[in-house]
Amino acid sequence: MTDANQNAVELRDVEKRFAEFVAVRKTDLTVPEGSFVTLLGPSGCGKTTTLRMIAGLLDPTEGDIRIKGKSVTEVPIHKRNLGLVFQNYALFPHKSVFDNVAFGLKYRDVPRDEVKRRVKDALQLVQLPHVEDRRPNQLSGGQQQRIALARAIVIQPDVLLLDEPLSALDANLREEMRVELKRIQRELGIATVFVTHDQSEALAMSDTLVVMNSGWVEQMGPPDLVYNEPASAFVADFLGHSNILPGRVAGEEGGFVKVITDAGATILCHTRDRAGRPEGERVRLVMRAERLLLADRHDPAPGTSLMTARVKTVDYLGQSARYFLTTTGADGDPGAGVELQAINPIDRAPFPEGSEVWIRVRGDDCVLLDGDADA
Amino acid sequence: MSLAWTAIRLGTVLVYLFMFAPIAVVMLLSFNANQFGSFPMEGLSPRWFIALIENDAIVRAFQTSVVLGLLTAIISTTMGVLAALAMVRYDFPGKRLISTALIAPILVPEVVLAVALLLFLRFLDVPRSFFLLLMGHVIFTLPFVVLVVQARLVGIRREYEEAAMSLGANAFETFRRVTLPLMLPAVMAGSLFAFTISFDDITGTLFWKPGGVETVPTQIFAMLRNSISPEINALGTVMVVFTVALPLLGAALARRLAAGMASGSR
Repeated sequence: MTDANQNAVELRDVEKRFAEFVAVRKTDLTVPEGSFVTLLGPSGCGKTTTLRMIAGLLDPTEGDIRIKGKSVTEVPIHKRNLGLVFQNYALFPHKSVFDNVAFGLKYRDVPRDEVKRRVKDALQLVQLPHVEDRRPNQLSGGQQQRIALARAIVIQPDVLLLDEPLSALDANLREEMRVELKRIQRELGIATVFVTHDQSEALAMSDTLVVMNSGWVEQMGPPDLVYNEPASAFVADFLGHSNILPGRVAGEEGGFVKVITDAGATILCHTRDRAGRPEGERVRLVMRAERLLLADRHDPAPGTSLMTARVKTVDYLGQSARYFLTTTGADGDPGAGVELQAINPIDRAPFPEGSEVWIRVRGDDCVLLDGDADA
Repeated sequence: MSLAWTAIRLGTVLVYLFMFAPIAVVMLLSFNANQFGSFPMEGLSPRWFIALIENDAIVRAFQTSVVLGLLTAIISTTMGVLAALAMVRYDFPGKRLISTALIAPILVPEVVLAVALLLFLRFLDVPRSFFLLLMGHVIFTLPFVVLVVQARLVGIRREYEEAAMSLGANAFETFRRVTLPLMLPAVMAGSLFAFTISFDDITGTLFWKPGGVETVPTQIFAMLRNSISPEINALGTVMVVFTVALPLLGAALARRLAAGMASGSR
């Protein structure tokens, strides 16, 4: 119990099975006090199941869940002191905004005038101070979600659980609420677990990003680390657009691992631990689409790799363009015929379809993954 | 306007006429001043209604029917709400079988149900009683309550209850403050169904009622065997008002409740 006050939520070896189906496998997760942890993954990856177990809406099949250092595995939801926000707001339609927000205070022996004050403060915090007497369905979606948030935080919960709270809002509002939500979370310094399938939300808001896939935690860490150093092909693929090429280690060069792809291109690649790899080992290369730098001509530079390619299709996005390329390779270079994606800012006009370009990629932007078990 | 549409209109009017004319006639004749309940009418008079009130047997039957209907509604609604909650919100072995069994009384012809229950109680050597009659009515009104409440409950998202629980409400408080208010229109509709069905029923009641106890329908039935008195017309009118006006009132009430919920007026 030495770290009783450091972690708002701790999951230890938590597993959830529904009959034959394993929704969450042996998961360890720590949410430090005051931090914003995002569970990100495609639908069915176990992120919502994990959240519902923390909430007490589902019982884990195995393992222990602790909130503020105390095991709550046996504690029913209504005694856990949580703030829960749903995708569909779930405001009580038969109660006024005031009664909605005050709902949880009824179970906390708060004196009447303090209830009033706290509800007011909460509504102030979500910037909707004058809607107390309205009914939920008189408010817009964004307003309803703010009220739902006010209702969750007014009880001063030990942890705030957000289940895709922005997914029902339209695009503009979603970005506005994203900033707003983060501001409120910072202001209150409340530990938060946020579930989403939207990578931009996850990257923008999290202190810690947890990428989940079919019940496993694929990777856990600060968003920039997870983005730049994906630990698996799944993470690389799920976050942004990545090129994943199988290959074989062919030695070392200037602190980088030299890899020859199966198509024959030679590419320098860094390793996270800066250690070399045994020659001949099967590996996979991950190159993010926006890290492939296109130009009419590149000069060789240390620590970078060059390829030539032909532009197959251009997807014009305004300030940038997404290119679908086929590598050509110089005379005698066998590294041809590989399909790559690149996203580059546009200088004046994008490279036209059919044009020949050079691709440069820095060894630092090239991530090495083990083997190619499933590639 | 084409000829076809005119024909359809005419047909519709005729169908409605066929359905409602006899009822209208009964109601009209109940105000007839004449001795005999037939046309031509000889002036309006409330005399048959007064005769009705002065007829002890009818007043007793009416009291029995109201008490029976109210008790049926209360018991059926309570059980039906609980059953619907179990069916929609919980999973348990044999759920489908129980669900079918709950609805079955609607599907089985009432005569069969009536005889079956009677024989069963004969077999158990239980005498016919008001309690038995009440139980009979509960059995065949229960499915209506279950169906109506179930349909509403399916539409109430689980998140409302989950939100209430996360805020500190235990299961009972969640039901009292969230689930029940949200399904109240269906509960009211269900209990009105139960009351009117019970109030109207004759088949089952004829089989189950103990000697000397009459409900309004069985009383009318008994009176018809002797003669067609204009009192029956008056009683018919009262019955129509009771069984038609009451559900209409209930529906209007439910609509106002729902509208109040929607518009936010207090």
